[in-house]
Amino acid sequence: MSGAWLLDGVLLLAVPAIALASLLSRRVLPALAAFVAYGLLLALVWMRLGAPDVALTEAAVGGGVTGVLLIGAAARLLMPAAAAPPGWPLRLLTALLCLGVTAGLAVAVLALPEPAPTLAPQAAEQLAATQLGNPVAGVLLAFRAIDTLLEAVVLVIAVIGIWGMAPDGAWGGRPGPVQPRLADGSVALLAMLLPPVGIVFGIYLAWVGADAPGGAFQGGSILAAMWILAWLAGLVRPPRIDSLALRLLVVAGPALFMLVGLAGFVVADGFMAYPAAWTKPVILLVEAALTLSIAVALCLLVAGWPMRRARA
Amino acid sequence: MSVMLDLFSVLAVLGGCFFFVAGTLGLLRFPDTLSRLHALTKADNLGLGLIVLGLLPRAGSVLGGLKLVLAWALVLLAGAAVSQVIARLAGREGPAP
Repeated sequence: MSGAWLLDGVLLLAVPAIALASLLSRRVLPALAAFVAYGLLLALVWMRLGAPDVALTEAAVGGGVTGVLLIGAAARLLMPAAAAPPGWPLRLLTALLCLGVTAGLAVAVLALPEPAPTLAPQAAEQLAATQLGNPVAGVLLAFRAIDTLLEAVVLVIAVIGIWGMAPDGAWGGRPGPVQPRLADGSVALLAMLLPPVGIVFGIYLAWVGADAPGGAFQGGSILAAMWILAWLAGLVRPPRIDSLALRLLVVAGPALFMLVGLAGFVVADGFMAYPAAWTKPVILLVEAALTLSIAVALCLLVAGWPMRRARA
Repeated sequence: MSVMLDLFSVLAVLGGCFFFVAGTLGLLRFPDTLSRLHALTKADNLGLGLIVLGLLPRAGSVLGGLKLVLAWALVLLAGAAVSQVIARLAGREGPAP
């Protein structure tokens, strides 16, 4: 057990240290590099806490997707003459607000009754009714399906918000900057070698989520990463944002989820209730559609808004 | 036989750890970007490679062993590609290495 103790100790020291490094760095890109490393270390912490589902999400979404989005945001911020840094009153206010949130969270965690209230036994007891092997999938897609639905809807709204940044003349065009096609070099090689492995792994991760750690968000993130890699190498172009097929793909997951939820009024006990015999097939279908929509939405979030005037 | 396998595992993993420590030292101490990358690739390729080699007898199944080797191959691929990108950027932005 001493080895595990050593690993926990190193993580306990390294996570706050890298978080501080990210906060205190005066330059944007080193701060972002530290943030991505922080996400990966945090994934290890979740593994040590026995939560592989959270660990996978943290590594894929917290470290990977958020890191890429932040780097994209930083690149867009740095492009024009950088705005003057905020003055000290604004910085003081920001620091006070952050301290307030931290203190509030700390008080909330410390004030938890001992033992903490839990619904885990009830969830585990009812898991058999969902025919799923992974209790986390049971919570996400059956017991608390409405939360998952709202998360998926948030992604659609985020895509709409990003498209809203498009200048008038560019509306309907292809999103994001043009990526020149890289004929050779390491990124071009990676973009050709990695996607076959990554696509299989992304689909596997989404599929296995019903019975083992994994799921729509983790699998969708990996699928999105593969497309982004090919996009950066100039091998694929995003479709025009007025493409009906693209828009249908973005809303397919949440829309199917909502339809299934509404159908619950007719064929089962109410909103988001599944008919008993069909629980698992319905959940798998919803999960597959969610994975697709999440992957497409994440790609569009990274690609950005249409910038150039669309050719009529 | 199992003692020999254990000995092999211990030696290979220790060798891998040595390369990780050496690579980290190089990353911290070497003077310019290209030398630091050079040190880092040793940690990725040889360090992780030796650790995977040492863990292979303990993988339990052929499939488990293949997964370990696949993880190593993916790290090799990603490490090599990213090093190239960083080196190219360093050559473009910094003083000639």
